[in-house]
Amino acid sequence: MAETSYIEAITQAMQEEMARDERVFLIGEDVGFYGGAFKTSYGLIDRFGPERVIDTPISEIAIIGAASGAALMGMRPIAEMQFIDFITCGYDMLVNFAAMNSYLFGRACPIVVRGPAGGGTHGGPYHSLNPEAMFMNRPGLKIVAPGTAYDAKGLLKAAIRDDNPVLFIEHKYLYRRIKENLPEEDYIVPIGKANVRRRGKDLSIITWGAMIYLADEVADELAKNGVSVEIVDLRSILPFDEEAILESVAKTNRVIVLHEAPLTGGAGAEFAARIAEKAFDYLDAPVKRIGALDVPTPYSPPLEAAALPDKARVMKAARELLDY
Amino acid sequence: MSLSNDQLLEIDYYLRLTRTLEERLVALFRQAKVIGGLYRSLGQEGESVAAAYALDYKQGDVVQPLIRNIGSILVAGAKPADIIKQYMAKADGPTRGRELNIHFGHPARDGFIGQISMLGDMIPVMAGIALAGRMQKRKLVTLAFIGDGGSSTGAFWEGMNFASVQKLPMVVIVEDNGYAYSTPTAKQTAAKTLADKAYAFGCAGVTIDGNDVLAVYDETKRAVERARNGGGVTLIEVKTFRMKGHAEHDNAAYVPKELIAEWAEKDAVVRFEKMLVERGVATQEQLAAIQQRVKQEIDAATDEAERSPMPDPADAGRGLYIEDGYWNG
Repeated sequence: MAETSYIEAITQAMQEEMARDERVFLIGEDVGFYGGAFKTSYGLIDRFGPERVIDTPISEIAIIGAASGAALMGMRPIAEMQFIDFITCGYDMLVNFAAMNSYLFGRACPIVVRGPAGGGTHGGPYHSLNPEAMFMNRPGLKIVAPGTAYDAKGLLKAAIRDDNPVLFIEHKYLYRRIKENLPEEDYIVPIGKANVRRRGKDLSIITWGAMIYLADEVADELAKNGVSVEIVDLRSILPFDEEAILESVAKTNRVIVLHEAPLTGGAGAEFAARIAEKAFDYLDAPVKRIGALDVPTPYSPPLEAAALPDKARVMKAARELLDY
Repeated sequence: MSLSNDQLLEIDYYLRLTRTLEERLVALFRQAKVIGGLYRSLGQEGESVAAAYALDYKQGDVVQPLIRNIGSILVAGAKPADIIKQYMAKADGPTRGRELNIHFGHPARDGFIGQISMLGDMIPVMAGIALAGRMQKRKLVTLAFIGDGGSSTGAFWEGMNFASVQKLPMVVIVEDNGYAYSTPTAKQTAAKTLADKAYAFGCAGVTIDGNDVLAVYDETKRAVERARNGGGVTLIEVKTFRMKGHAEHDNAAYVPKELIAEWAEKDAVVRFEKMLVERGVATQEQLAAIQQRVKQEIDAATDEAERSPMPDPADAGRGLYIEDGYWNG
């Protein structure tokens, strides 16, 4: 089978789920005739028609709200945010309406809200958001952030089949840079399960999304000096695989939590706190956290590169842990 | 449109059920048995009941009330005991003590869905319910209530715009009841009427007397049938008045007394019953019998709610995700 890019994996997941289940539909801005700002839904309208691939006004509240209403009626909508940054315009609808249906009312609200996130593409402060932390403290959602084409396809299928609202965070830097051979057959990646991407014994890097490739670079570099790094790709941010995190820490005794979003109040703070609470006795050094600088993601390439985590910063943290 | 005598009497029953239920809730509130706030619909029972009466719940129609449209969900089939249990935060209420007042209901099961507290949010949701109905090749219509204040929100505008573009089968009742909490309608919008907002959406818009039960029924019925037949969205502005404060704690000192007195003369329930007697639809004895029946039902509902247990604290962490099975038990 030809290699499948990360973005093609997302398109395939939507197409296969729409073919499998007539309740599944796509709703968003420019998703129909144009095929999506990134062409993620390219061709879907030809196959499924404008009734199931719905172009909307520029209205994130209406997109998420209408998707939620339809979901209560038994449909399984996929709501696209053209850039995940614009989810802030529909934030209220997602956290106050969609996310509360189960706990308050016992109602299933199976929507997927998905869209391109992340920096490294010089998109500037309004097209580079990593939104996971602003949803972590609002119970009721599930949050996934795949870093591989395999996980993107399998997690999106799992999200569409899930009976709860799922925030599906795509990393647009990976859209056309990552290509993998995917299985021919239908598969899902379960929500809530991490993937130990690389086994090691000296140091753990807990990470997700595009940062798994930065972790790879660091692991390769350290391997030259005989240091073996374990990389835990969380894949799901909520619920997250606490067991996988603690198991890895128990094995390596040194841990870096790495994410692309700003450091302060980032999702990594939660994982670091769990490690401190539940694996303190296993630690040979303090938990290290690495995130972006606490600033909006700046536009100009030298500024953006300086704001986002890079190899030098992770290497420095790793050396400090190994020398501790 | 022609309503049979039985239907007219049924409307009167729902009007009285609404008013009596709320009077009972006030009594329970004063006994500190209502846990949270209590929001009265006094003055707005007529339009709430009449508009909801224009739906066909067998077809799957769905109504979405605001806090002052308690009458609309009674028409759709909500049980008074469930409403009292909601206010009393009881374990066997529809939300099992997790949410309050008439914030409950399932559009696919109950024919109604309660609002959330963020005003305007239900307009896009009701558009989505209408959209699902159309995708499922059903002929259902959704009816949403919003107020003079709620129609200032972005969610209202986005939802109305989307529903109108999609020509969804949706009817929206915009109540001008004079005040949003303490803010008069003149400080809420510079539009001459709330129905004028329909021009921006390109949907139908009309203004009617909200305290005229039959006028509200007729206009809503027309809009519902138009929506059902593919004619799209109608925005119906009903002119009415909030006869109490925002909630029981609010004495509404900011409302001129003359306004209250003026609107008391226009009470929709009294006016409707007067019409029933004048037209020979009902005698005073028949109306008294309806009130007697309503009182018995509310007494029984109150007893049931008072006997209900409070929730088990051990359940506070359950049911966040559907698959945990909490709601099946």
